[in-house]
Amino acid sequence: MNTPGIVYNASLCLYVNGTMYSYDNYDHQMLSDRVAQFRGQTERYLDGKLSDAEFLPLRLQNGLYVQRMAPMLRIAVPYGMLSSRQLRQLAMIARDYDKGYAHFTTRQNVQFNWPELEEVPDILAHLADVEMHAIQTSGNCIRNTTTDQFAGVSPDEIEDARPYCEIIRQWSTFHPEFAFLPRKFKIAVCGTKEDQAATQVHDIGIYIVQNAEGETGFRILAGGGLGRTPVIGQEVFPFVAKVDLLTALEAIMRVYNREGRRDNKYKARIKILVRETGLEAFREKVMHEWELIKDGPQTLTEEEIERCKAFFVDPDYQTLEDNPTVLQSALSSNALFASWYEQNVKAHKKSGYSIVTVSMKATGVAPGDVTDQQLDYLAELAEQYSFGEVRVTHHQNVVLADVRQDQLFELWEKLRSKALSSHNLDLLTDIICCPGGDFCALANAKSIPIAESIQRKFADFKELQSIGDLRINISGCMNACGHHHVGNIGILGVDKKGEEFYQVSLGGSSRNEASLGKIIGPAFAQDEIPLVIEKLVAVYKDKRTDGEKFIDTYNRIGIDPFKEVVYANAD
Amino acid sequence: MPTLIKDGKVERNDWTLLKTATGPEILSAVPGKNFIVPLQFWRNYQAEISEYSGEFALWLDSHENVNDIAEEVHSFPLIALNFPAFADGRSYTNARELRERLGYQGEIRAIGDVLRDQLYLMSRCGFNAFELRHDQDADVCLAAFEDFHTNYQGTVVEPLPLFRRR
Repeated sequence: MNTPGIVYNASLCLYVNGTMYSYDNYDHQMLSDRVAQFRGQTERYLDGKLSDAEFLPLRLQNGLYVQRMAPMLRIAVPYGMLSSRQLRQLAMIARDYDKGYAHFTTRQNVQFNWPELEEVPDILAHLADVEMHAIQTSGNCIRNTTTDQFAGVSPDEIEDARPYCEIIRQWSTFHPEFAFLPRKFKIAVCGTKEDQAATQVHDIGIYIVQNAEGETGFRILAGGGLGRTPVIGQEVFPFVAKVDLLTALEAIMRVYNREGRRDNKYKARIKILVRETGLEAFREKVMHEWELIKDGPQTLTEEEIERCKAFFVDPDYQTLEDNPTVLQSALSSNALFASWYEQNVKAHKKSGYSIVTVSMKATGVAPGDVTDQQLDYLAELAEQYSFGEVRVTHHQNVVLADVRQDQLFELWEKLRSKALSSHNLDLLTDIICCPGGDFCALANAKSIPIAESIQRKFADFKELQSIGDLRINISGCMNACGHHHVGNIGILGVDKKGEEFYQVSLGGSSRNEASLGKIIGPAFAQDEIPLVIEKLVAVYKDKRTDGEKFIDTYNRIGIDPFKEVVYANAD
Repeated sequence: MPTLIKDGKVERNDWTLLKTATGPEILSAVPGKNFIVPLQFWRNYQAEISEYSGEFALWLDSHENVNDIAEEVHSFPLIALNFPAFADGRSYTNARELRERLGYQGEIRAIGDVLRDQLYLMSRCGFNAFELRHDQDADVCLAAFEDFHTNYQGTVVEPLPLFRRR
């Protein structure tokens, strides 16, 4: 076994890295076998020995789509963690195999939009060099497991979810029984009290919980999901012991693999199975399968849990005071810095440290897009300020999780020098947005220009701040990659007789009290959207009571007051 | 006749697959064969089957559940599981349940859309025989069993997951 926590960075100097999984010989072997396997498959495809239909699921299970402009390659970022070394490798790939940029996705992954099919095996080999891959980032299989981006550093955490995410990653990687499921399958694990992982809208959502006896274990939901039929997950296991995690998951998967619908791809997700079977009957089937395998060899061991936890121990924190004077004086002397601090910097479990979110939502830049230079620069900043690691969030931003408070101002100045200091985290312009019709073959409508037009409308920061916490999510089609159902304001691109229109919904949330948005009424033309958003915001500002967020006001007053204003004088 | 790989070697196929549930007259028409028959055929023509001179095995389609034949499964030397399309993954679960729940020791044969790139997965789920789709190259397919050196999960072939072997 490798020594946990020791990795080489690009300049070959050793540094201690406390919070990443690091591969041993087994992991490396599997990855190099995979690269060889995919190289062979690609060669057989290019030689005409593998049909399009046969190559399709093979390439999808390696993250490769054939898209509008060029193939798109989606790379797994397990539970969103990236080391500086990995960031630099992504930067290199962006430079040498793409057009100099990459895209952070809404499932904590990274996409390249312009690789050549013939070069994909080489890209996978470069990724394997830094313990990365594109395995199961697409296709009807178990996808990358996601978690809260503040796992391990949040002050309100029950337990760090990442060791369990890694355990699930290994269990789900090349699982032979579940490689051809009825449909894609997404799992999220959340150990923080405030859920930022959208756990309840995953096929399986796992909360780390404590039972009445004070034991820590898992509450497991199934049947959540977005897409065409958005559903909040329902509880299948109120509490399972830690060692039973994998057998419980396997039991759910087996029922789904056997009984999930395969006659209609729009009804093939587990949410439909749970609904059509009924929760009680579904649960019984799962328990029947669980009885067979519970306490069998797939049962986790304490040793394995400890082994995985050992990769995610605290980095080498200094003993520091909260609110150092250097921070206080910077805050009082620089208003821009103070705005960024207020918006993008969150409390850390360790005194003297903060969690910094770098917003990738500068106006005029496609949400989630990042250039090779920015990737390199983030790698450098991570090394200087955050123990050589970053996290990708499902809101398409990047977190530096362990920044000393006395270095926040310095860090901010550096971010500013590279246009990475947008201070709009969680505000109206921090829009979640899929690549949309500009890039994606599935899309009905564009989404990036919609995001930009809204950002331009709300260019005044004081106004943004006074509006406060408001999530706008945009998807270019019903597949809902932009999570529009759980946006406080959701925008969905639809096609009406060849023209692009946008349906607006209100009241969605992916937080602990997860809810799905309601459609407000008839769809709007592209150029109407910024004005519609402005009207919705005006209603909120008019009706809100002290301290109410947009979602709170909406929940109190309902959809009608918004509807009236938006559709007033329509003719 | 499609190529058969069994226990890692190309073998002659001694079984005749009765694809659709025809009437029992097929038995008197071709005496002395070994038939793999659909579940319905097995259920409907017990009298004719008991008088027949050849051996019988069963095949299940992907929507059929091996647990429904739990009583009689051990009397068959071979159970074939169909892949109507290679992307239909239900027969993987059937194979595992045959081995792990029902303790079936006989031959489990993959039939239907059986292609090179799924063989490794099938073998891990307990298949030990593979009737390849007509266009598959047997030598290319034999290499598939070496696609990976190791795996994370415990399966039929290696019941212990990697974390118990690491």
